[in-house]
Amino acid sequence: MLTLDAVWYRYPGADAPTLRGVNLELRDGEVLGLVGANEAGKTTLCLVAAGLAPRTLGGTLQGRVLIDGTDMAALAGHEVVERVGIAFANPATQLSGVNRTVYEEVAFGPANLGLPRLELIERTESALAALRIGPLADRDPARLSGGQQQLVAIAGLLALRPRHLVLDEPTSQLDPAGTRLVAEALARLAADGASILVVEHRTDLLAGIAARVVALDAGRVALEGPADAVLADARLPALGVAEPASVRLARLVAEAGHDPAPIRGLAPSATPVAARAGLESGSPA
Amino acid sequence: MIDLELQRLVHVYPDGGVRALDGVDLRIGPGERVALVGQNGSGKTTLVRHLNGLLRPTAGRVLVGGRDAADSTVAQLARRVGLVFQDPDRQIFAGTVRAEVEFGPRNLGVRGADLRRAVVGSLSAVGLDRAESTNPYDLGASRRKLLAIASVLAMDTPALVLDEPTTGQDARGTQMVRGLVGRLSAEGRTVIAISHDMRFVAETFERVVVMRGGRVILDGSPREVFAPAAWPTLRSTHLEPPLAAVAGDRLALGATPTETALVAALQSARRGVEPDSRAAEGSTGQ
Repeated sequence: MLTLDAVWYRYPGADAPTLRGVNLELRDGEVLGLVGANEAGKTTLCLVAAGLAPRTLGGTLQGRVLIDGTDMAALAGHEVVERVGIAFANPATQLSGVNRTVYEEVAFGPANLGLPRLELIERTESALAALRIGPLADRDPARLSGGQQQLVAIAGLLALRPRHLVLDEPTSQLDPAGTRLVAEALARLAADGASILVVEHRTDLLAGIAARVVALDAGRVALEGPADAVLADARLPALGVAEPASVRLARLVAEAGHDPAPIRGLAPSATPVAARAGLESGSPA
Repeated sequence: MIDLELQRLVHVYPDGGVRALDGVDLRIGPGERVALVGQNGSGKTTLVRHLNGLLRPTAGRVLVGGRDAADSTVAQLARRVGLVFQDPDRQIFAGTVRAEVEFGPRNLGVRGADLRRAVVGSLSAVGLDRAESTNPYDLGASRRKLLAIASVLAMDTPALVLDEPTTGQDARGTQMVRGLVGRLSAEGRTVIAISHDMRFVAETFERVVVMRGGRVILDGSPREVFAPAAWPTLRSTHLEPPLAAVAGDRLALGATPTETALVAALQSARRGVEPDSRAAEGSTGQ
């Protein structure tokens, strides 16, 4: 469990705080979706939840961030890293830049945990297999496409098997097939008890992977609840968040005086996870 | 106004020997709005990098404004085709938003009032006109992306290529990019965009080119490319039509690639069934 308790955070040199009294509970075994307009504070919340702000980035934090009941501020840096993994929206930022092959890159994190060699190999290979990037194992990470780099960055995180995972737009550069693989990997991790926070603009995709959704507005939690309820909330568009295409289409069909029943099957809540992730290409950005 | 043409274009990367482009023929006319779609690794980015000389063909030809790109330097091509990278951080380097946007036109010899006009015009086009003195790295990722677009806009090239312009954008940012593409095209500028977002593609572009394994497998209007008859081809490369098209098919309305087309088809279907549509509107409107 990862808890933000009345968290205010201000970047060094900033005039005003970016987070303004955020309360958030990320439960074990749960995928929690985070939405909001550009600059609503989503990435900042990720940095705080992963312990990078203020520890590494400076700035001032009020309130408390608790990992499994322990105040983040009381933990040493390496203890935080072992408990919370973070993936940035830009995979180029994430990759170490020191490894010459995809295999070494994925093994890099767990190798630094000092794991036995066999476990290291097992973790690396299962992470590569989960995202179907085994064939890229010998390639140079720096020479892959943006989407492939994103899969490599996420595989590196999966190999760490963190109990808590913070993902800032993990599929921003992926095609529908890659997106589906990531969604399935996250579902498996959550089923094994990990807690996962996912920032995602594409609400159609989120409807398929998150059990609960939180909407941020100007550094505050504006909406929170079960994914189906929050994503169908009429206040969502006013927060700068596009409603899922399925929700909007059903409304348009009803407004045009037709029965939306034939397209109900397109609603995220009625479609299996894999099929839903596949539909993300038709979603609003 | 510029013509772009690829003739039997082949590109093989030196490492691994993958044929990233495997014989592409494509002609894009002045002012066209073209979306390039396909899986990761299908050759989209490789293709557009040939248009401004960042990559040179292994075989085949690239014609920019009727001239073989092989006879032009990267600097000459940069005046004709502006390229916005997928990752803005590969492009941004200056200390302020203003300096970042000035860099391109300044290099092309633009000075004084013309330079000022280029900076103000391109920043306001992406809603960053009040951020001139900001350090680009104090902007969030979504606004850095808009800044990267503005820096290329400022060079006033007759053709622009946008690699994943809506990634990380919220609803307003996407709307802004959509409006920008329309305005540029109305001015006669060619706009080519790579995107995985089929809704954005269907609503913004007049032509959709689908790639698979370094080849063009579909090329047509959104209505054609997203019509049910083309779905098997789209799905063969793991692409899904926009949800509006799927909804139109379920409701037996024919090809409805966009929500606007869907609503129009719904309305004409209803007029067909109920001549007195006014009364119905009053009772069913929300």
